[in-house]
Amino acid sequence: MAKYIGKRLLYMIISLWLIVTATFFLMRVAPGNPFASEKKLPPEIEANLQAHYGLDKPWYQQYTDYLVNVVTWDFGPSFKYKSQTVNDLISEGFPVSFLLGMEAIFIAVALGVLFGVIAALKQNKWQDYTTMAIAVLGISVPSFIMASFLQYFLAIKLGVFPVARWESFQHTILPAIALAAGPMAYIARLTRSSMIEVLANDYIKTAKAKGLSSGVITVKHAMRNALLPVVTYLGPLTASILTGSFVIEKIFGIPGLGFHFVTSITNRDYTVIMGVTVFYSIILLVAILLVDIAYGIIDPRIKLAGGKKGE
Amino acid sequence: MEKVLEVKDLKVSFQTYGGTVQAVRGVSFDLHKGETLAIVGESGSGKSVTSQTLMKLIPMPPGKITGGQILFNGEDLVPKSDKEMESIRGKEISMIFQDPMTSLNPTMKVGNQIMEGLIKHQKVSKADAKKRAIELLKLVGIPMPESRVNQYPHEFSGGMRQRAMIAIALAASPKLLIADEPTTALDVTIQAQILELMKGLQDKLDTSIIFITHDLGVVANVADRVAVMYAGQIVEIGTVDEIFYDPKHPYTWGLLASMPSLENDGNDELAAIPGTPPDLTNPPVGDAFAPRNKYALAIDYEEEPPMFQVSETHFAKTWLLHPDAPNVEPPDAVKQRIRKMSSNFDKPVLVKEGK
Ligand SMILES: Nc1ncnc2c1ncn2[C@@H]1O[C@H](COP(=O)(O)OP(=O)(O)OP(=O)(O)O)[C@@H](O)[C@H]1O
Ligand SMILES: [Mg+2]
Repeated sequence: MAKYIGKRLLYMIISLWLIVTATFFLMRVAPGNPFASEKKLPPEIEANLQAHYGLDKPWYQQYTDYLVNVVTWDFGPSFKYKSQTVNDLISEGFPVSFLLGMEAIFIAVALGVLFGVIAALKQNKWQDYTTMAIAVLGISVPSFIMASFLQYFLAIKLGVFPVARWESFQHTILPAIALAAGPMAYIARLTRSSMIEVLANDYIKTAKAKGLSSGVITVKHAMRNALLPVVTYLGPLTASILTGSFVIEKIFGIPGLGFHFVTSITNRDYTVIMGVTVFYSIILLVAILLVDIAYGIIDPRIKLAGGKKGE
Repeated sequence: MEKVLEVKDLKVSFQTYGGTVQAVRGVSFDLHKGETLAIVGESGSGKSVTSQTLMKLIPMPPGKITGGQILFNGEDLVPKSDKEMESIRGKEISMIFQDPMTSLNPTMKVGNQIMEGLIKHQKVSKADAKKRAIELLKLVGIPMPESRVNQYPHEFSGGMRQRAMIAIALAASPKLLIADEPTTALDVTIQAQILELMKGLQDKLDTSIIFITHDLGVVANVADRVAVMYAGQIVEIGTVDEIFYDPKHPYTWGLLASMPSLENDGNDELAAIPGTPPDLTNPPVGDAFAPRNKYALAIDYEEEPPMFQVSETHFAKTWLLHPDAPNVEPPDAVKQRIRKMSSNFDKPVLVKEGK
């Protein structure tokens, strides 16, 4: 197990290095620069700025400097927000995004699984048709439309929730729902089909032949097996919550990392773009590793390579 | 002897897109304490549906019991709810399925799968259940049960899994064990071991067994009586000797003639029964076997044959036993083995409706 995790960590470092390199060069070939704004700066000042941020050095030196900085967890200063470093932005925005993301993941998984299981148990009955119709909607409606829809009806018309901003728990609910809707619908469909497949298995008949009640069979025998594909989806789910948060945070005016990321892109704030990209990559890679480990624990047939037993 | 089970005119059908499949069409038999009844018949003849209906394990819907009674210890199971069946399944009646590779839950330890039934039916503590699970694994001949109890099914071989399935089935000492082709998926040597094991356990626990199989060779070894099923009906039932040495139904003749045996290995060709079983959505008028039966009489196409009783224990559903029927000779492969049964009645007796 330890050997397995060690190997995975090594792969993660290699992936990260590739990501850092790729973002670095993509940023360089992208047209424009952070100081190209409406007002043309006098050339001396611009040269000064370039020197201050090390942009006058040759590219390979910038690249190695950046690599060293990333390793020491220093993403440098923001080009746009004079007094802030990228580290400041991350430590300020990430807790907000993390809370929002966790809330959304929780909603997506809990409700998605619940709906999926209900639909499977009531296959081809009205419960099934209703949940699956809602799921199709959830998958096909983009999150920004979902967000505006929620804002309009639940906040503006009914006044149940605040429209935007990030102040209390109340404020977190609409954005979390908007963010969770798509993944939740996907999980519901995934759970349904995998549950139906599992319920047709011989071992469910065995469990029934033992005299177990249908509740016990559903929870102990069917769901554990049916949720394996859902666990696999948790990696991509993290990714889609991450990317979804860019839009949602912008719409709801939430001061999270996604919000800063989007702002920094419009501002061509290179260091922030690169720093946040690297940071997101780390989160994703860690999430995928955790999912794989969890999978090995839940499914005893999967032996995590390198370890002795998947127990 | 005490009757454990009495099935009377059981009918089961399935609602499908293509129409109603009459999978079981009036099956009657009984079973005594400690007895083994083998059910044989071609694929699709309704063996599994019959046996699963005894525990009400068929999916309902699409399945439905459209008639008959299942008297278990004198009590009819047909009207019982799923909830009521829970205290019978696994405790009074247990089942072993064909494929040990798929009938155990892959994500649950084998020990826990044995313990579940114990905890449910015998109200024992977890620790006691585990002790008992280890004993059961030992009983079914699994070496090192103390460590095996904590393993998952994928760590067991096919034969060991079927042993574990037997341990699960026997956990609560059921009065009736239904084994649906328990050895079909196993290789020959393991098959023999599993059969040996089942026989041994039966002697110890005095369980009654319904043993479903394709393999007539196995039947001779394990069963006391044999029921031959065709197209959802029992066409002949009798003791092993009666079925093997004095068969009356042409379908049984066909099965026996197509059985490979040591005497006729390779010499004569195996006489497979020509044709295919009828479509049970629209069962034919008359005898369902008639179109494949070279001994078929004109009446076979018009009227379903009644059951005739040949001896105290031997029944066959064929017009050939009618007093007016012509005398026909069974195929040679079967004729060679026919013996005179001293217990036979002078003449077959027509069984009145209701048996
Ligand atoms: N769930 C179901 N839905 C529809 N038809 C079914 C269902 N289960 C069984 N049947 C039908 O019932 C008939 C009897 O099937 P059954 O499984 O009892 O055959 P069997 O004698 O056990 O055959 P085998 O030797 O292949 O196991 C078949 O025609 C089958 O198609
Ligand atoms: Mg079968």
